[in-house]
Amino acid sequence: MKPIAMLERMMLIRAFEEKNVALQAEGKAAGTCTSVGQEASAVGVVFALEPKDLILTNHRSAGHLLARGADAGRMMAEIGGRATGYCKGKSGTLHISVKDLGVILTSTIVGGELSLATGVGLSLSMQGGDAVAACFFGDGAACEGIFHESVNLAAVWNLPVLYVCENNQWQAYVRRKETMLIDHISERAAGYGIEGRTVDGNDVEAVHAAASEAIAAIRKTRRPFLLETYTYRLRGHFEPDDQSYVDAAELAGWKARDPIATLRKRLLERGEATEASLDAIAGGVREKIEAAAQFAASSPFPAPEEVLTDVYA
Amino acid sequence: MPRITPMQAIGEAIAEEMRLDPRVVMFGEGVATKRRELVEEFGAARVRNTPLAEGIIAGTAAGAAATGLRPIIDLLFAPFICFSMDEIVNSAGKLRYISGGQFSFPLVALAMTGCGWTVGAQHNHNIEAWFAHAPGLKVVMPSNAADFKGLLKAAIRDENPVMFFADMGLLHSEGEVPDDQPAVPIGKAAVVRAGTDVTLVAYAKMVPACLAAAETLASQGVSAEVVDLRSVKPWDEQAVLASVGKTGRLLVAHEASRTCGVGAEVAATVAEKAFDELKAPIVRVTGPDTPAPSSWALEQAFVPQPAAIVEAALGLSRKGREEGTAA
Repeated sequence: MKPIAMLERMMLIRAFEEKNVALQAEGKAAGTCTSVGQEASAVGVVFALEPKDLILTNHRSAGHLLARGADAGRMMAEIGGRATGYCKGKSGTLHISVKDLGVILTSTIVGGELSLATGVGLSLSMQGGDAVAACFFGDGAACEGIFHESVNLAAVWNLPVLYVCENNQWQAYVRRKETMLIDHISERAAGYGIEGRTVDGNDVEAVHAAASEAIAAIRKTRRPFLLETYTYRLRGHFEPDDQSYVDAAELAGWKARDPIATLRKRLLERGEATEASLDAIAGGVREKIEAAAQFAASSPFPAPEEVLTDVYA
Repeated sequence: MPRITPMQAIGEAIAEEMRLDPRVVMFGEGVATKRRELVEEFGAARVRNTPLAEGIIAGTAAGAAATGLRPIIDLLFAPFICFSMDEIVNSAGKLRYISGGQFSFPLVALAMTGCGWTVGAQHNHNIEAWFAHAPGLKVVMPSNAADFKGLLKAAIRDENPVMFFADMGLLHSEGEVPDDQPAVPIGKAAVVRAGTDVTLVAYAKMVPACLAAAETLASQGVSAEVVDLRSVKPWDEQAVLASVGKTGRLLVAHEASRTCGVGAEVAATVAEKAFDELKAPIVRVTGPDTPAPSSWALEQAFVPQPAAIVEAALGLSRKGREEGTAA
């Protein structure tokens, strides 16, 4: 995977999130749980997957969806409750699934994605083949009892699940360090008899390399793997959020390690990009996001009768 | 016709459906240990033991159901489902709707409940109404061996999550079940005794209780019609309304606690849609708003007995007659 392609996608995710934040501030859109600052984790892992693989995610999902190729316009439409949204406006921002892209069963109950991942892993396991289910969750979900139940069962049943803990140091409005004595969730892998590893979640190349190795191991062994991407939530839990509860020095320290700026600088240094080529990418991203916002704003709302559909199969 | 118990009927239904459809799998606490015959016939991949962890059992079922399998899970005793409420209610019940119809959850959750084994309130709690109130789920609770088999077959074939509650008090009561017992449609009640004076609506072990009550009522000159709901959600409004249209009197019996129980829903619906047909107020005969006790004596005091149903039905009939006389 070319780093420039990963940079472009990270920029798209950032621009998407910032557009939603701006629209919310103007009173034109609903609030969102952004993943600003965590783009390298999403892109690094998702770019290491193949189309046959499946993805489970949570309320902080824009990065995973866009990394997988979801259309920004249909995502914005969903956030805005429009009929053209991926879930016909019935999800809103919090649980967008795109089955056609293999982003399935998105669940906003913290830990919900973990409880479903074993079932997806069981289906993949019984189908044969070497497909993998990647399950994204946070350090908050790692404090739910279902984390233990899920990883343990996946280990006992040899299920091909890549557990990706995006340790972003925040559990809604609670500092992670208030909730656990260890610093790395990956340490818990040993307790289940599986492999675990922590990677710098702000370095997309490192994430991509670590995820690729983990996925290769799962394809071969059909055993789960716990990958922790150590990162930081640069914005609040749910927009709007003034982050008055965040330590300013800590936030500044992590902003200085912004994953997009980091990769940008590295590519310029390595001669893999020029200011001009990066400007061109930024321009393309801006156009895409403006078009997406236009599409969403001009899409119809669902008909009232839709409230009664999709309850039963 | 062969006579088998509901316990055997459950085993037969699972085996027959697993034979018909390779996507059907079963797992839960002790499933592979207790159902050796299923492991031998279908293999260890399709019949599995799990850790004692109801949350992940149900979550695994939901995730597997959405991706091509048709899981049957054994959650053992109904109160244990409290550990799997998120997976059943928030995932299996809602993710189809939330996703705009992208997923379906063909799964069956089995659980035992009801007085009869003196196991006490943490193993016995009739919580079927909780799931009737949760969108996206179906709920069945059969009263006899044939329906256990037929409803379980239907539940396994259904594209939606079905809660299958097995009344412990019935599991060893033999009944006639034809070898070719067909699936019993979910949402269809059965008139198990025809009558003209009063309608007794019930499900699970309250059906035999109502049948016993109907015998006594008949000896006292009251003709009771007994309607076995079989399914709690969707429930068969038409069958109940048709019977009440005939009798003009309704008694609803269930073992579950009274407040916001299934009886409240049935009574409210009949009051809304057939008030003019009623000759007397609707009566509920239910378990009390208490946890289920353990002592056999207290269990029997908790469960509505045929005598209580007879008394309530006679009260209903007298009211109707007095009014009839006055008119």
